[in-house]
Amino acid sequence: MTREMTGAEMVIEALADQGVQHIFGYPGGAVLPIYDALFQQEKVRHILVRHEQGAVHAAEGYARSTGKVGAVLVTSGPGATNAVTGLTDALMDSIPLVCITGQVPTHLIGNDAFQECDTVGITRPCTKHNYLVKRIEDLPRVLHEAFFVAANGRPGPVVVDIPKDIQFAKGTYVGPQNIKHKTYTPRLKADIEKVKAALELMSRAKRPIFYTGGGVINSGTEASHLLRELVKLTGFPITSTLMGLGAFPAANPQWLGMLGMHGTYEANMAMHDCDVMICIGARFDDRITGRLDAFSPGSRKIHIDIDPSSINKNVKVDVGIVGDCGHVIEDLTRLWRAAGVKTDQKALKDWWAQIDKWRARKSLNYRNSSEIIKPQYAIQRLYEATRDKDVYITTEVGQHQMWAAQFFHFQEPNRWMTSGGLGTMGYGLPAAVGVQMAHPKSLVIDIAGEASVQMTMQELSTAVQYRLPIKIFILNNQYMGMVRQWQELLHGNRYSESYSEALPDFVKLADAMHAHGIRCRKPGDLDEAIKEMISIDKPVLFDCVVDQKENCFPMIPSGRAHNEMILGDAAENLDEAITEEGKMMV
Amino acid sequence: MNTTATTTHYPAATTHERAESHTLTVLVDNEPGVLARVIGLFSGRGYNIDSLTVSETEHQKHLSLITIVTTGTPMVIEQIKHQLERLVPVHRVVDLTVTGKAIERELALVKVRGKGEHRVEALRLADAFRARVIDATTESFVFEITGKSDKIDQFVELMLPIGLVDVSRTGVVAIGRGAEAM
Repeated sequence: MTREMTGAEMVIEALADQGVQHIFGYPGGAVLPIYDALFQQEKVRHILVRHEQGAVHAAEGYARSTGKVGAVLVTSGPGATNAVTGLTDALMDSIPLVCITGQVPTHLIGNDAFQECDTVGITRPCTKHNYLVKRIEDLPRVLHEAFFVAANGRPGPVVVDIPKDIQFAKGTYVGPQNIKHKTYTPRLKADIEKVKAALELMSRAKRPIFYTGGGVINSGTEASHLLRELVKLTGFPITSTLMGLGAFPAANPQWLGMLGMHGTYEANMAMHDCDVMICIGARFDDRITGRLDAFSPGSRKIHIDIDPSSINKNVKVDVGIVGDCGHVIEDLTRLWRAAGVKTDQKALKDWWAQIDKWRARKSLNYRNSSEIIKPQYAIQRLYEATRDKDVYITTEVGQHQMWAAQFFHFQEPNRWMTSGGLGTMGYGLPAAVGVQMAHPKSLVIDIAGEASVQMTMQELSTAVQYRLPIKIFILNNQYMGMVRQWQELLHGNRYSESYSEALPDFVKLADAMHAHGIRCRKPGDLDEAIKEMISIDKPVLFDCVVDQKENCFPMIPSGRAHNEMILGDAAENLDEAITEEGKMMV
Repeated sequence: MNTTATTTHYPAATTHERAESHTLTVLVDNEPGVLARVIGLFSGRGYNIDSLTVSETEHQKHLSLITIVTTGTPMVIEQIKHQLERLVPVHRVVDLTVTGKAIERELALVKVRGKGEHRVEALRLADAFRARVIDATTESFVFEITGKSDKIDQFVELMLPIGLVDVSRTGVVAIGRGAEAM
């Protein structure tokens, strides 16, 4: 399929050929030809955001919740620089995106022209790959390559920078079927000998654990199903990173909860004491490992990852398997069945008994109150109110994010959108816009903090414009809670700049932005208020006024090992302010 | 809260193994920005570059070869190799130090100024090092010398008291011995 058309028309044609139905963007001088082409077609729908960072996060939410490549369109200069945070976020969390940026005409590049910036230079370290297209002949190939690179291997963001004269230039469009990348061919199937070595280790394990991550989710829903099968087959316990939540159902008894800095006691203790660790699609991030030289000291480690550079990066492993999670899990399951593996039942029984002891510690317990809403309680009630619904959760970054990960339980993949690697405050609201656009009939909730939400607040306007009934559930403690928590732990309670001064009245703000506002202050009113939020068919800003002083536990303090966690009750014993009357374990 | 001795969010650096020097050759598509990608990778991730050379090697195929000499622990060297392989325009990365039997050469142009005895001494040393005179005036020479880096280091050091003015070096290029392609 080859046809003559302008560069701008090629962009639209390529997007449509790549299956893009929605593109998030913001117009400007250097992309006007593309916007003109958008205007004259109906294949690709454009969603106008209020800030380019919001466009990228929305595309991230869209991509994460659908498994498709998210698409972004922004102008040159400030359009591109505003997109940088979102691109970096997508790179850190391996989210497939194609971001098309306008550029000044080729003859002006390097002249400090109006709204010029070195987009490929600026985005080189924050994209998986980027292109500056200087010839119309290259444009169709580059566009299709961009989608290929974004989606294949370890996914990530790709920028295509298109000067304005190239958008006007006429050329021959070539469809995606004729594009084959000459150098980029990531490996999907693993070396079978390595898989056998892993199987050997697993079959002899006495204290095994699965430690899975976002790679399983990126590998597709099939990988999650295969994972469930393998975990059931082996009878081993499983924990997951923040990014991996939902790949394995939280309701399953083999699930230990999230691991890491704010993970459960049982997950972290099991990681510390295990003898065989099977890491699938996770990357031994510092929030997971804690002190590296004390990380799971007695275990043999298997690491499955599609990115060879992830293996042996932070932690030396015994068996490194390069391949797509789904393919490798399938191989493992098949070989396990074929070999008729008999695990050491006695040892596994003892291991589970030990895990049950750790579980009995009930590390997520907190003291509830009948006077004031505890943030954990708010999330529990939100979970209970939505558990039988078709629900997607996004978050901002901070305490509320960790509480959401601890108290909202996910049974399916692609339901949980959060900024893990970069930790971008302001991610959740625009991400919810993207998720709702992809799933118009579903319930999409951004669990937010009052500080984070103000970073990309303007996207509420986008939600209103496109009638996207997202729910922004703000746990309002009037502090940058996680900053305050660290100031308490490390900086002698000196709350330097962490108080949320001069907060808007969120209810009035919602009203002013043509959304719906709800405020709730009492635990007794919470269920009714959540019910109201869900029932309203437009964007809702829910101001949930919570305990200002609550901290997020359990916690592995900085520079400590997994078996040196601070548990909530131990921390609370130091806190005289909490009265015994308020004690009500949930 | 009795366990908060450190004052950072991050785990402490682990004690490192011994750093060693490795020579890597990287075959890349000769496209704009490819060198910036490689250099950006090194600076962004805090790796060392001791020497770097780059030139197009096959014009028809748009291929360039980059030779990098770097130092790091074995784990870091492995990381560097994988990180380079991850770049989209990179075809292949070969660690010549691991594959063994590689030949490394460097070329240097060395300008020396002096009169009388110094000129004679300079020529005598140049002869011993098989350096060629490629420019001469009544008070200066420019020598061209090729060899391993330490040979050039030694030559430059000897020229210093004689009247060294400028040195321009290419950096290391390397290739594997024998019939095998990279």
